[in-house]
Amino acid sequence: MIRRSVLRYALSGAIWILSTVSGFVAGAGSKIDHQISGSFSIESQWFPESAAYPDQRGHATGFVMEPEIYLDSIEGWSFILAPFLRYDSADLHRTHADLREAYLLLFGDVGNDEWELRLGIDRVFWGVAESRHLVNIVNQIDLVEHPYKELKLGQPMAHLTWSGDWGMAELFGLTYHRPRTFPGRSGRLRLPLVVDNDQVSYESAAKQWHMDLAARYSHSFGLFDIGISAFDGTSREPFLFPGTDFTGAPILAPHYEQIRQVGLDTQMTAGSWLFKLEAIQRLDARDRLGRKVDYTASVFGGEYTFYSVLGSTVDISLLGEWNYDGRGHNATNVFQKDLFLAARFALNDVQSTEILASVLGDADNSSRILAFELNRRLSDQWSLNLEAIAFLDIDPADISYEIRRDSFIDLNLIYNF
Amino acid sequence: MIFTRSMLPYLSLCLIILTGLGPGPVYSESATPEEMGLKIARESHAREDGFGNYTARQTMALRNKNGQESRRQLRVKVLEVPEDGDKSLFVFDEPRDVRGTALLIHAHRESADDQWLYLPALKRVKRISSSNRSGSFMGSEFAYEDLTPQAVEKFTYRYLREEPCGGGTCTVTERVPVDRKSGYSRQVVWRDKDELRVWKVEYYDRKDSHLKTLTLGNYEQFLDRYWRAGEMTMENHLTGKSTVLTWTDFQFRTDLDDRDFTQTGLRRVR
Repeated sequence: MIRRSVLRYALSGAIWILSTVSGFVAGAGSKIDHQISGSFSIESQWFPESAAYPDQRGHATGFVMEPEIYLDSIEGWSFILAPFLRYDSADLHRTHADLREAYLLLFGDVGNDEWELRLGIDRVFWGVAESRHLVNIVNQIDLVEHPYKELKLGQPMAHLTWSGDWGMAELFGLTYHRPRTFPGRSGRLRLPLVVDNDQVSYESAAKQWHMDLAARYSHSFGLFDIGISAFDGTSREPFLFPGTDFTGAPILAPHYEQIRQVGLDTQMTAGSWLFKLEAIQRLDARDRLGRKVDYTASVFGGEYTFYSVLGSTVDISLLGEWNYDGRGHNATNVFQKDLFLAARFALNDVQSTEILASVLGDADNSSRILAFELNRRLSDQWSLNLEAIAFLDIDPADISYEIRRDSFIDLNLIYNF
Repeated sequence: MIFTRSMLPYLSLCLIILTGLGPGPVYSESATPEEMGLKIARESHAREDGFGNYTARQTMALRNKNGQESRRQLRVKVLEVPEDGDKSLFVFDEPRDVRGTALLIHAHRESADDQWLYLPALKRVKRISSSNRSGSFMGSEFAYEDLTPQAVEKFTYRYLREEPCGGGTCTVTERVPVDRKSGYSRQVVWRDKDELRVWKVEYYDRKDSHLKTLTLGNYEQFLDRYWRAGEMTMENHLTGKSTVLTWTDFQFRTDLDDRDFTQTGLRRVR
């Protein structure tokens, strides 16, 4: 199902692409190298428990195509085009297309400093933590992809970087807002009501065309890596108002407001230890009850790795992260006061087998989310990803109560080219 | 993404071939075996000074005892940093699932190396620990410490003897790792007397059994000074597995500079 919002997004992307690339390609005249790479994967998803809401599927199969085209000119510019397509046999909303990346990259030197300019659609990653990506606000979450991995949609932007011995400064002009994706009626891992992305509303009169601004300064010195970031613009997280669709059936309508956020992320890398901290303050946001609120949130913790355990080739990493949200039980996510514990096993065999087992537990109630993930290479081209997530003893007061019956097993067979 | 931390050390492999060059014997009859061993190590390091920078391609063939083979392919860029460790950038081409993954290393003589990993699927730059010492790279027979820069101070030395070898006549020196996290009790190194190139290294594990043997060959000289081995074979005598590392497309003193080894540059890597 191609939604209107996707078409608008494609249009906004096309403006960037046409206005930048066409000029460069036309003016280039000289040799342009190209590379095509990417992946194709087949997915099967099982939900062993019976569904909480009518029409929800118990099993789905599908595929993902993620090709990437890279053009590189001798004049020093390059262009990346990375479309994305997922087909899901059960959920029309999970079947979706996106432009993950479509940008022109220019860079150069000034004195001892360097600059870089990216124009178009891109993805940006900020932060250090593993259990969640708190400061990482530039791109919208592609929620239908995964319930908590925070995979991202492409974001139209102009992104300027200036860096030198003193660190790296980045400025972002974000020219178009993407609504978060949500599962459809037959999809699992959703609220009792379906979110209707045809009824998106905005606080700003400019709606999705509001120009959001973001900035970040980051630097590495000795054992430390730090980042300080700021964002002023349309929230990536919607508040969901009850409403009705054109048939009169109840739905949730997403509303995006103007917020401001400052963020800090830092890591200390000391021997086999990694210590991590991310913190934000967000202004003019809302809590779970819809009240306007300014709040702080943080995640801090560490990771320790035992290398070559007992003389084998296996490395074992233990991770622990404490999540806090100043809104307490009225937080709009599961991380209000939750401890994340995990163990990662890297077998270091020819297939690079890696296993990650984790638990996210609420400090105030019995809710636990268990996760198990296995990655293994099968050949130069093929690899395997197996994931199992279990929602255990979810407390009725917990925000994940709505998806308590949606434990799942997900098998992906991936062809890389 | 299938990419393990222990893959990273392998990437510094280039640095171990930065061994000796230049003419003449470097030891005298009057010195003790320890003094002679140290002098050989110092001289071979001194001969690497001034290379500036270089780029190269690496292909690694992992073989198990049944002869089954698996391949790794990557590109390497190295920048000499006077008075400190070198800066290196490694980009994976194969296997395909790690294509575009890149590692940036700022090596240091006095302190631990700084390492950043770029994961293209997430567009994430991740600072990672450099304290893995004895781990294996993706099931290969090379361990981290076989591959990290071999600063002179990281070992104590003892000259053993002289004997014929692939490069003519070799000095045979024993070196003992200073680091207690090392997987080895000692290593025995064969270097030719004329050019101080390494031809063979024997590795002994903590129980002092002969664990692995590295043999080097296909040496080529660049800029009339710097020798590079074109082929390095590591055999594991315990498991019967072996790994052959082939180097091609060496280019010295290209237009690389500091800015190719920054985190900004790391995000641009293809």
